[in-house]
Amino acid sequence: MPDNGSTQANAATANSPAVAEATKRQRIRLMIRAAGMLPVLLLLCIGFHYMSEGRFFTGQNLGIVLQQAAVNTVLAAGMTFVILTGGIDLSVGSILAASAMAGLTMSKLSELSALWLPVAVLTGLGFGVVNGALIALLRLPPFIVTLGSLTAVRGLARLLGADTTVFNPSIPYAFIGNGSLTLIPGVASIPWLSVIALLVILASWLVLRRTVLGVHIYAVGGNESAARLAGIKVWAVLIFVYGVSGLLAGLGGAMQAARLYAANGLQLGQSYELDAITAVILGGTSFVGGIGSIWGTLVGALIIAVLSNGLILTGVSDIWQYVIKGLVIIGAVALDRYRLQGSART
Amino acid sequence: MNEPILEMRGVSKSFFGIKALCAVDLTVYAGEIHALMGENGAGKSTLMKILSGAYRPDPGGEIRIEGKPVRIEGPLGGRAAGISIIYQELSLAPNLSVAENIYLGREMSRSGLLARGAMREGVGPILQRLGADFLPSTLVAHLSMGQRQLVEIARALHVRSKILIMDEPTTALSAGESERLFTLIRQLRAEGLAIIYISHRMDEVYALGDRVTVLRDGRLVGSLDKQDIRADAIVRMMVGRDVSSFYKKDHDPGAGKGHPVLTASDMSDGRRVKGCSLTVHAGEVVGLAGLIGAGRTELAHLIVGAAPKISGRLELEGQPIDIRTPGEALAAGIAYLTEDRKALGLFLDMSCLDNINLAVLGRDAKLGWFLDRDKARERADRAFAGLSIRAANVSVPAGGLSGGNQQKVLLSRLLAIAPKVLILDEPTRGVDVGAKSEIYSIIDNLAKAGTAILVISSDLPEIIGICDRVLVMRSGHIAGEVRRTETAPLTQEDIMALATGTEHLDA
Repeated sequence: MPDNGSTQANAATANSPAVAEATKRQRIRLMIRAAGMLPVLLLLCIGFHYMSEGRFFTGQNLGIVLQQAAVNTVLAAGMTFVILTGGIDLSVGSILAASAMAGLTMSKLSELSALWLPVAVLTGLGFGVVNGALIALLRLPPFIVTLGSLTAVRGLARLLGADTTVFNPSIPYAFIGNGSLTLIPGVASIPWLSVIALLVILASWLVLRRTVLGVHIYAVGGNESAARLAGIKVWAVLIFVYGVSGLLAGLGGAMQAARLYAANGLQLGQSYELDAITAVILGGTSFVGGIGSIWGTLVGALIIAVLSNGLILTGVSDIWQYVIKGLVIIGAVALDRYRLQGSART
Repeated sequence: MNEPILEMRGVSKSFFGIKALCAVDLTVYAGEIHALMGENGAGKSTLMKILSGAYRPDPGGEIRIEGKPVRIEGPLGGRAAGISIIYQELSLAPNLSVAENIYLGREMSRSGLLARGAMREGVGPILQRLGADFLPSTLVAHLSMGQRQLVEIARALHVRSKILIMDEPTTALSAGESERLFTLIRQLRAEGLAIIYISHRMDEVYALGDRVTVLRDGRLVGSLDKQDIRADAIVRMMVGRDVSSFYKKDHDPGAGKGHPVLTASDMSDGRRVKGCSLTVHAGEVVGLAGLIGAGRTELAHLIVGAAPKISGRLELEGQPIDIRTPGEALAAGIAYLTEDRKALGLFLDMSCLDNINLAVLGRDAKLGWFLDRDKARERADRAFAGLSIRAANVSVPAGGLSGGNQQKVLLSRLLAIAPKVLILDEPTRGVDVGAKSEIYSIIDNLAKAGTAILVISSDLPEIIGICDRVLVMRSGHIAGEVRRTETAPLTQEDIMALATGTEHLDA
């Protein structure tokens, strides 16, 4: 609507009271938009609290929710980078499994066992960069490339443990999987998994909103041809975002391995990519790229975790949990679209 | 006069409390070409969208077609009421054939199967009547812009529309194609269609308009009958102030005397550009004219590395330079303003601030990575003030601005790198009169400051108005050059003769 836009702009300089009213209303709209799905998250929390007779808002339960949200939050942060460029990464679940397998295998070598953590993360980075290179340099569609690596990397994950479950009860740094960071001794603590997730979100925010690279990521997603013509190295941006997604999937694998002291190349991380994508979409990031925020993704990941936790607390059967989760996701996004009507891109 | 075919009385439309249209009246008769003018943001698009059914007007107004009150609702409402709109950005599906496009949404079928043959036959007579030189089975992707417009018109005729609205139909057309379109529009008028013709270009309104209605800030300013149509009167109505007519550059004896800044020789891409050479001097504005498809944009893309070249050498200030990507061109100081600012230039969802700073983010960054937000805001504020960009503030998304302001935002991005060479591709396309003259004076000031400027434009008065000399391209070659001298100004005739290949052999 180029016409209204400029009428608004023209009128804004005129400064009539009607305009002041309209600017105020527009500001409120922007605030609602920024808050995104946060109200939905809060409503879910409150609703589950009453339906579970007060068992939701307890220190212990909130700790569980945060811990359960952690790995998906990390994956979804990487997925946010990718979707902001208008891409998709279907391979994060498989990369997570392969990284966990690589890490656990490493941890069993007595001398080098302490290196398992960087090995896991770098394994993820390696797969991510390969994805990115195929997409950026060979100009293959992201959906196809990562669909391929979803399958191929899953195979490699099984290969790494000779298709068995690898255990290591004495894995170094096990505290990141099960320990908590004490904030106030005896009163408040926060799981290390959640601390890591939060740090990942903060780092993502810093990159997306405070660096040149961040602007370039939004630019590539907003208009790839314009980005190319504006001198942005689109290929480098694409390799970066898929690299980040892979790296964070590797970190997610390390978090899972530390939590379980074990990994299975076949089962670990199955369909994690769907939860990660769901979190990003729930967070209001546009599927075609260019619009979105990492805070939205955090809220999205929390909504998923709260839903799982709340449905268990209220005793809903496992089968119905699937149905309800699916419907809530569709409903939430529908609500979001409805709310944004008229203010979204034209 | 007979009964009006379309009557709008007191039609208003507001968005979030702001009136985009305020009690506008419009009366259109069958068999007339009614020009609708106004700066971008004056409400023309809103009015049009009401007629198409895309917007619902505020209660209170009335729309009558052939005397009967109508309610136009939904995207098909306009068509049902006999109104067809041909938008600036054509709405054809390039992957379908001409016939399929004309029948789009009303496909013919026989026992549930698509009746391709019948559809092709069905559009034959209309295409013939329009003098189309392509077949119903041709893919739209293979047609030129002018031919595509013809398909749009055929579609409108095919649904038996009585009112045809055309939004700046000539922006993407070459001069020859425009002329053919005008003939066709006059023919349609003779057949009794009412045509609402929206345009920024005064010469077109002169040539076509039976009546002119001017909108400003969502209000009706007035209508002029044919005998009263005069450029200065219309411009005054549009901007509400006197504009010192159109920009006219005087002969500058010093032009072209500066040192050569950009020299391109033997540029070819193997398809559209065939061995072009040109030189632009410091402080000189060189026009690049030619028909659509002559290869002007493609040549510019070769120079800035946006397309791969098979031959050609570039020299920048006497030094050979190898440019393979637009990024390298920018780094060297060669900036290119695209002709398609929405698809290739701006990031519509991003703020004006980010759009303006995009090319210099890396240079300004702290520690090589982190955004220098103070510097960015300062630069954006300076650009807003310097180029008088009108928007609420620098953080609004660029997509919400009018065409002229969007163009100035894009131009600010290029100026941020302080280019040595500025290549402007259709710098005033889809830009209103006020912004146009502002852009002209920006170009002039840059040239005075020593920038070498190459202007690609299909608007001949514009080229003549702002350029020191004009290179004319024809089918991939530089066909010749027209110079401004003290005694002889640049003329449209000289340029058109070179562009169409009808120049005298002794010229």
